[in-house]
Amino acid sequence: MENKQTPLGYVSFSVFAWIVGLLIFFPIFWMVLTSFKSELEAISIPPSFISFDWTLENYVEVQERSNYFKFAMNSVILAVGSTLVGLVFAVTCAWAMAFNPTKRTKDALLWMLSTKMMPPVGVLVPIYLLFRDWGLLDTRFGLIMVLFLMNLPIMVWMLYTYFKEIPTDILEAARMDGATLPKEIIFVLLPMAVPGIASTMLLNIILAWNEAFWTLNLTTSDAAPLTAFIASYSSPEGLFWAKLSAASTLAVAPILVIGWFSQKQLVRGLTFGAVK
Amino acid sequence: MGAIRLEKVKKTFGTLDVIPGVDLDINDGEFVVFVGPSGCGKSTLLRLIAGLEDVTDGKILINGTDVANEAPAKRGLSMVFQSYALYPHMTVYNNIAFGLKMAGESKDVIDEKVQSAAKILNLTDYLERRPGALSGGQRQRVAIGRAIVRNPAAFLFDEPLSNLDAALRVNMRLEITGLHQELKTTMIYVTHDQVEAMTMADKIVVLQAGRVEQVGKPMDLYSNPANKFVAGFIGSPKMNFLGGDIAAKHDCHEIGVRPEHLAVSTDGGEIAATVKIAEHLGAETYLHVEADGLGPMTVRATGEVDLGENDRIFLTPEQDRIHRFDQHGLTLSGA
Ligand SMILES: Nc1ncnc2c1ncn2[C@@H]1O[C@H](COP(=O)(O)OP(=O)(O)OP(=O)(O)O)[C@@H](O)[C@H]1O
Ligand SMILES: [Mg+2]
Repeated sequence: MENKQTPLGYVSFSVFAWIVGLLIFFPIFWMVLTSFKSELEAISIPPSFISFDWTLENYVEVQERSNYFKFAMNSVILAVGSTLVGLVFAVTCAWAMAFNPTKRTKDALLWMLSTKMMPPVGVLVPIYLLFRDWGLLDTRFGLIMVLFLMNLPIMVWMLYTYFKEIPTDILEAARMDGATLPKEIIFVLLPMAVPGIASTMLLNIILAWNEAFWTLNLTTSDAAPLTAFIASYSSPEGLFWAKLSAASTLAVAPILVIGWFSQKQLVRGLTFGAVK
Repeated sequence: MGAIRLEKVKKTFGTLDVIPGVDLDINDGEFVVFVGPSGCGKSTLLRLIAGLEDVTDGKILINGTDVANEAPAKRGLSMVFQSYALYPHMTVYNNIAFGLKMAGESKDVIDEKVQSAAKILNLTDYLERRPGALSGGQRQRVAIGRAIVRNPAAFLFDEPLSNLDAALRVNMRLEITGLHQELKTTMIYVTHDQVEAMTMADKIVVLQAGRVEQVGKPMDLYSNPANKFVAGFIGSPKMNFLGGDIAAKHDCHEIGVRPEHLAVSTDGGEIAATVKIAEHLGAETYLHVEADGLGPMTVRATGEVDLGENDRIFLTPEQDRIHRFDQHGLTLSGA
């Protein structure tokens, strides 16, 4: 595909991209800025931009009032746990779909993806009742299950597109070489699909980390991750913008860092198979 | 030991009848070549023997035991794929060793076998490389190395040379023939190149649309093709088929004459023709001619022949080399 662009077109396109980028980035930037202000400055009108008294007191107070690390630990456990459980199911599922397709494989994939279009609130009540009856409310195990099921269609879909690119011959060669199915997957398929698996895992960790609907509705304290940590600053004691900002900054920081370092991997993963 | 016997082997893909029913005997130590046009089911038949496809019906006997429902690994066969199918993330050493590791061999045994295979195949200097850093011919050798270390009952090759350039192909052809002479293991080799079939095979199996058209030694197929299809498929350039008066004179529907069985003369002969294109190869000359009333024909003359476009010539078939066919394309016996 030839892509001819005039210098003018190129410049205006760049400017446009920058504006969009800044618009998207601005709220995060503003949040970080606010987290370093005092409560008074945080709500002052007109808002001060750089020239205010930088302070860390919000962070100190946030850590004192609630245990950030407990929430962060839950976030890590939920995100990593649901991703690992998901991987076991998604790899086997994608293997079957990519290498032993039937006439209805494409339909099954689309159907799996279509479940993502349903608003989660539609199944909130049944799931809440199940959780209550099975004693899963506010447990990490229960939440891992929900997050894993929620992201499974995306994992299967991503791994499927990756596996499709791997020549079946190589797996058949392993079969001829006497590899059993688990060995074929572990020693031959997975090592060849490392980039795909890495980006699938990354995306799912990010999605699970950011997930707020189920984590807020199904936890109270024991299993509550950082989303609940943020939420706890918005309601009970009125609005404290600066502390809320500090809490939010703490919550998004780890995932931002991971995302930043792995963006190449992610972009490749998300567009894999789309361009050849 | 590797005698293979197919009994009424059938394969359908959905409603598509790819192999309607094949019976075949392959003796221990034989080099058997499956040939046939593209899409005739050669690969499918080979994959059925390998166990990579399930048979729809029929028996596959290896040394007398029916393995039709066994997993590929249980059949004790090795396969070399057209695409080489090397493990890209493993070194050459590990590629060759993989099957042995799966079989649970000890480190020492593995090392000994890999080293000796590498020596036979001239791969000793490349053992630590990845397949990506090898040439096509070297990759092919790794694929063969992976096959031989397992000491299989039989080797299966699916068009192993078709990704190589012409010169390398001739070399590898000789190497595989040499390997067969050395190992004396049964080999089944799929190709659509009839030169490979003629030069390598002890026995050729000609397939068309999933059916065995004829089985025989290369020269048998060349001299006594069972039908028009085999006659046209074996031999290069292709046999000339002539109908009309000249066929009637031989009391049949159609006759076949190989290009090398036509005598060329400028003075007189049975068939008058005009040269259209002359291909001079040095050792021989291919004349593509338009025969009066019979249409295009090909003639293969030995040595250099001083003929060119629009020259008038006369062709005379060698009488005892004429093949006669009935209206169904079956060979009629007696000349
Ligand atoms: N998995 C499959 N599903 C459906 N049809 C198939 C499948 N594999 C092969 N076929 C069909 O079976 C027929 C035989 O295929 P096969 O690959 O055995 O041919 P081949 O003789 O090896 O041809 P080539 O010389 O091109 O490799 C073809 O018509 C092909 O379309
Ligand atoms: Mg084939």
